[in-house]
Amino acid sequence: MSSIIKKEYDIPANDFSLAGEASSNVRKLLTQLGVNPTVIKRTSIAMYEAELNVVIHGNGGKARVEIFEDKIEILVYDEGPGIEDIELAMKEGYSTAPDFIREMGFGAGMGLSNIKKNSDRFVLESEPNKGTRVYITIYLY
Amino acid sequence: MTNYFHSVTLEEDKCRGCTNCIKHCPTEAIRVRNGKATIIKERCIDCGECIRVCPYHAKKAVTDPISELSKYPVKVALPAPSLYGQFGQDISRERILKGLLELGFDWVFEVAKAAEIVSDATRRIIGAGNVKKPVISSACPAVVRLVQVRFPNLINNLLKIESPMEVAARIAKQTITERENIPAEEIGIFFISPCAAKVTSVKAPYEKKESFVNGVLSMKDIHIKLLEKIKSIPWDFDGDLVSSGAYGVGWAGSGGECSALETPRTLAVHGIHNVINIFEEIVEDRLKNVDFVEALSCTEGCLGGPLTVVNPFVASTNLKWQVNRAKERDFSGENTAADYQDLLWTKDMEYKPILKLDDNMMKAMIKMQKLEEINDGLPGLDCGACGSPSCRALAEDIVRGLAFETDCIFKLREKVSDLADHMKAFEHIYRQKTED
Repeated sequence: MSSIIKKEYDIPANDFSLAGEASSNVRKLLTQLGVNPTVIKRTSIAMYEAELNVVIHGNGGKARVEIFEDKIEILVYDEGPGIEDIELAMKEGYSTAPDFIREMGFGAGMGLSNIKKNSDRFVLESEPNKGTRVYITIYLY
Repeated sequence: MTNYFHSVTLEEDKCRGCTNCIKHCPTEAIRVRNGKATIIKERCIDCGECIRVCPYHAKKAVTDPISELSKYPVKVALPAPSLYGQFGQDISRERILKGLLELGFDWVFEVAKAAEIVSDATRRIIGAGNVKKPVISSACPAVVRLVQVRFPNLINNLLKIESPMEVAARIAKQTITERENIPAEEIGIFFISPCAAKVTSVKAPYEKKESFVNGVLSMKDIHIKLLEKIKSIPWDFDGDLVSSGAYGVGWAGSGGECSALETPRTLAVHGIHNVINIFEEIVEDRLKNVDFVEALSCTEGCLGGPLTVVNPFVASTNLKWQVNRAKERDFSGENTAADYQDLLWTKDMEYKPILKLDDNMMKAMIKMQKLEEINDGLPGLDCGACGSPSCRALAEDIVRGLAFETDCIFKLREKVSDLADHMKAFEHIYRQKTED
């Protein structure tokens, strides 16, 4: 089944003020579709965290959002340094964010687990020096 | 009463159909159609942003005329704390309150006092736990309506306590009926308001069935008359009229409600567009370590209300002086809310999904597809000449059947030029035929 709505967003590198632009846009879209507020909230949290990772670690990238009759599929990807140990990265509190980023209140090591918590299906693919791809699926009902 | 009462209204004769209001409205509630602005009632939150930006003063807030006072044998004034910011340093709060009595009120009851009670209740509620954090203040009715129409996920974060105005009205009515033995219907309670949203919240409350306030007067309407009265009151007058401390007075400005809570984990935001940005951060779980958010629709809080007289920044300086003077007397022992159950909302707030394209999600998706398609074809200048606030909003209006693609002047120009080409082609064929 093909998606009904397809959107693509650029995620800039290192600019915190622009992180959240894509997720905010998606939230507006879902609100206009009349999607359940709880589903909207989960989608925007998961997507924001994924976006933020691309800003902090991934040197910028893209987000692709597809809305189907029954679900939302999000792919957030970058061609950055990749993740060495995915299992470790998934651990709550583990972070490789530099100090200055933590001082800004980001990089607490909750990002990936937060994405997992808010999505119905979550797949993380990464290869060192090649990049990272985060697949998020959230069901509408 | 209709479902959507609004204080903010349009005076059509004055409207020139410019694009100032449509561009500033935070809920995209205004369109210019047939050369005049129209307000989409379901979307309007009465923030008054359009009143401020209209260069022709075509937008106004409907308030009650002062003549309403004559309907009640006993007249009570409830001055909003922001009233204190409308006068210079030489005018004390005592004199302002006395001035109100001389204007024809029998009683004055400071809303600032009720604000201190609300703050005490808030402290207790946050302290008791089991609230969704951050708790969002419900003092500003425009902000509450914003949540209702745009941030359904934040409805449960709202502090479900009556506003200081309502608390003040209730206490005033109770005190006077009990102490003076006057029937409640003979008492007229008049709120002196800095804003339109308060009028709406009295005429069509969202938190309960009926307001205790009988009328809302605009600060603008009484300011000069009040000033005249105040001038003849001695500068050191003390009639024991004040009943609020510094916290209550400070509520008028941005940050006032936060400082009254005496806890560090608070955030104060003012200006409706800034409020929206903070709410987006809350929805996306980006706002950390904050227990309480004071969100006020107007710049500088209520001091910047569309019905105030003095520049909000000047008023803020004036208020500081009033706050400092108020520190001389402490009412914190009296203005408490040990039993705050009475102050809780008695009606649940429902989400009003004004933005959705269709009740049926599948249909909404098809409309969205169409919307995106139309939007891609529009110039993206957001010029507003079509009467919608942005190209995307026009695309939305078209999908909803409320506008046409040719409302866009660029699209119209394309069409006209196509038409001209067609006509030229026709002329060519016609000439050839006649020459034959």
